[in-house]
Amino acid sequence: MRGVQLAELLAGAAPGVTEALDAVSGFDEALVPGLARPTEEQRDALAALAGAVAVTPLRDRVREAVEKVAAGSLADEHLAMLAGARAALLGAVHDALLERVDAALGRSRAAWTPTETAAASAPENLLAGVRSWLREIAIAGWRGVDDELVSASAQTVEAVLAVPALRRLAVLLDGLAAELRGASPVASMDRLPVRRWADLWSRALLLAQTGGVSEWGATPVSGRLLPLGVDVHEHGTAVQVQVYAVLECADAPSRLVRASVTAAKVETIVGPAVWRLLRGTPVLLGALAERRALEVAEMPLLPGGDLVWRDERARPGDVVEPFTVARLQLGAAHAPAVPPLERHPVRIAEPVLVEGYTVTVSDDGQARMELDGHSLALDMARLPGCGPLTPGLVAASSSCLGLLRWDGGRWLLQPLGVQVRNRRGTTETHTADWALGPTDAKVVRAAAKAGDAVAVLRERAGRLLRR
Amino acid sequence: MSAVRSTVSGTGRKDEIVNAVMTDWEQRSVVRVLPPVQPRRLAKVPFVELADGRLQGVVSSGSDVERVYVSSITAGSHGLSCSTNNNRPCGGLRGAPCKHLHALVEEAVLQYGGASVARYLRVDVEEPDCSAADLLGRLHGRPASIPAAVVFSRFLRHLAYLEVPESTEPVPELHWFPATGAVR
Repeated sequence: MRGVQLAELLAGAAPGVTEALDAVSGFDEALVPGLARPTEEQRDALAALAGAVAVTPLRDRVREAVEKVAAGSLADEHLAMLAGARAALLGAVHDALLERVDAALGRSRAAWTPTETAAASAPENLLAGVRSWLREIAIAGWRGVDDELVSASAQTVEAVLAVPALRRLAVLLDGLAAELRGASPVASMDRLPVRRWADLWSRALLLAQTGGVSEWGATPVSGRLLPLGVDVHEHGTAVQVQVYAVLECADAPSRLVRASVTAAKVETIVGPAVWRLLRGTPVLLGALAERRALEVAEMPLLPGGDLVWRDERARPGDVVEPFTVARLQLGAAHAPAVPPLERHPVRIAEPVLVEGYTVTVSDDGQARMELDGHSLALDMARLPGCGPLTPGLVAASSSCLGLLRWDGGRWLLQPLGVQVRNRRGTTETHTADWALGPTDAKVVRAAAKAGDAVAVLRERAGRLLRR
Repeated sequence: MSAVRSTVSGTGRKDEIVNAVMTDWEQRSVVRVLPPVQPRRLAKVPFVELADGRLQGVVSSGSDVERVYVSSITAGSHGLSCSTNNNRPCGGLRGAPCKHLHALVEEAVLQYGGASVARYLRVDVEEPDCSAADLLGRLHGRPASIPAAVVFSRFLRHLAYLEVPESTEPVPELHWFPATGAVR
C-alpha cells in the first residue's frame, strides 16, 4: 500500500455510513436497560432502526416487529427481525468500507454467485434453547445480567458445543457468556461495551435461527499456496489460526485465500502453548514455521475464499519469503466475495504490504504509521501472545505485512509480519514463527519452567473423565 | 486499556446507571472485556475459577494420582470447604485453611492477580496487589460444607473442552476475539 492509496482509503466516510451507524447505536443503547418496558427513547430508537431499512425487502416485517416490541411483546421472531435489521445495516456499512478498500488498493473482487446447498440440520430444541437465553438477555438488558442469568446458559452452551454443525454458534456463545460472567453483576459497571455485546447478541440470534447457517458448495482446487501471514483469534475456550495466502492455480488467476484451524481450549492454556492444540495439521504448521509454500491437491475452497484444510491433501514446497510473495503477487491477486451473513465491519481483514513508513507513538500510547504525510493507526493490541512479533519490533520495522481493519470509525493496520533493518542486514519476524514451538531460547526456558499445561490437563482428563 | 480493565474488574464502580452518549470505546466491536489470564504451572492445581460466588478449584493429591481435592472459599462469608471428589472431608481442614486451600489461593493469585481475587472474595486488603499469604491471613471464615460434586462437575466440563475435535471450517465470529498479549 502506497501513500496515495492510504490517502484514498482515509478520505472521508462513504455517504450514509454515519447515519447507518447512528441507527445501529440507537438499537444498541436500547439493549442496555432491556426491552421489558420500552421507554419513549427506546421506542424512538427502534422506529429509527425500522426506518433505516424501510427501502429494503425487510421493511414490513421489521416494522411489525418494532411495533410488537415497542408494545412490550418480545417474541422470538420479532427479536430475530430486529437482529436482522441491525445486521443488514452493518452489512451495508461493511460493503461501503470494503468497496473503499478495493478502490484504494485497486483490488479486484469476485461477485457473490454461489448456490446454496442444504444446510446440515441442527436439533431444533437446542436452537430454541439458545434463542430463549438471548431473549432473556433482551428482556433484562445488559444492566440486568447477573450470575444467575449467565449460569442459565451453561447447559445450553455445553449441548451446542457437542454438535459440530453448530460450532460457530457455540464458540460465539461461550465467548459472550464468559465476558458476561466476568462482568457480573453488570449493573455496577461504569461503562459497557455496548456495540460489542449487541454485535455478539445479534449474530448469535441469527445463527440460532432454524436453517440460520447456510452452507455453500465447495470447489476443489489444486496448485501452489503461498502464505502471507497468520491472524490468531482466541478467547478462554477457543483458538483459531487463520492463514492468509495467495493461491496459484494452473487454470485461474492468482487468488487471495484463507485457511483456518480452530481448536477448543481452556483459559489456562495461553501463549505459545496454543500451537500444541493444533495436532491435526502438521503439514500446514510446518510450512508456517519454516516459511514454505504448500502444494495442494483437490483442496475444498468455499466461495468466501476459505480453504477447508485437509492436511493429507497438502505437501510442503520450497522456502518462500512472505514479503517476496507480497511484493510480487499481492497487488494483482483476485479477492473473494464475502458470504452474506458474514458481512460486518469486524470481518474486514484485507492483507496489505506497507513499506517506507515511520512509526510514531503519541502521548496516549497509540502507535501510528506515517507514510508520505498520511497516518494509519497500528493495532498493537492484536499481536498474539503465541508468536514472537512484539510492539517493539513493529515500531523498529521498515516493512510490514498486515491486515487492514476498521473499528469504531477508524482504519487500523494489524501487523502479521515485519522486516527490521539493522547493521547485520534485515531480520524478519512473523506471528506464526513458533507454529512448531518457540525458537527463542528465553521463551523456551520460560515454557519449560511453567510446565506443559496441555499435557497436564490431558493427563487429568484421561484419569478423571471416563469414570 | 487500563481504564477498560479497571471498569470491568470493578474499581470505581457506580451504583447509578449512567445513560451517557456512546463514546468511542463503546462504539468499538473489538475491545478487551476480560483481563488477561497469566500462565501458571497446572500440575498441583489444574483448575481454579471465580464463579458461582466462590473461589473454587481442584487440587491434585500429593500422594495419590487418582485422587483430587475439591476446595472452595465462599465470597463474603469466607466459608472454607475441602473434600475429595468422593465427598470425603479433608483431614487437614480444622478451623484454619488446609494446605489444599493454601495452594488454591496461591494459584488463583497467579492466574487472576491478587486484586481480582481479593475483590471477588470481598477480603479487605491494604495493598491492592496483595500476596496469597496476605489474603489467606485475612480470611475470617470457618469450615462450611459446599457439595464437591458441583465444583467437580465444572472441572470435568472444563477438561471436556480438550476432547472437542479440531475444525478447519472457518469461524468468522472469532474476528471479535483477537489473540492479544505479545508483550515480552
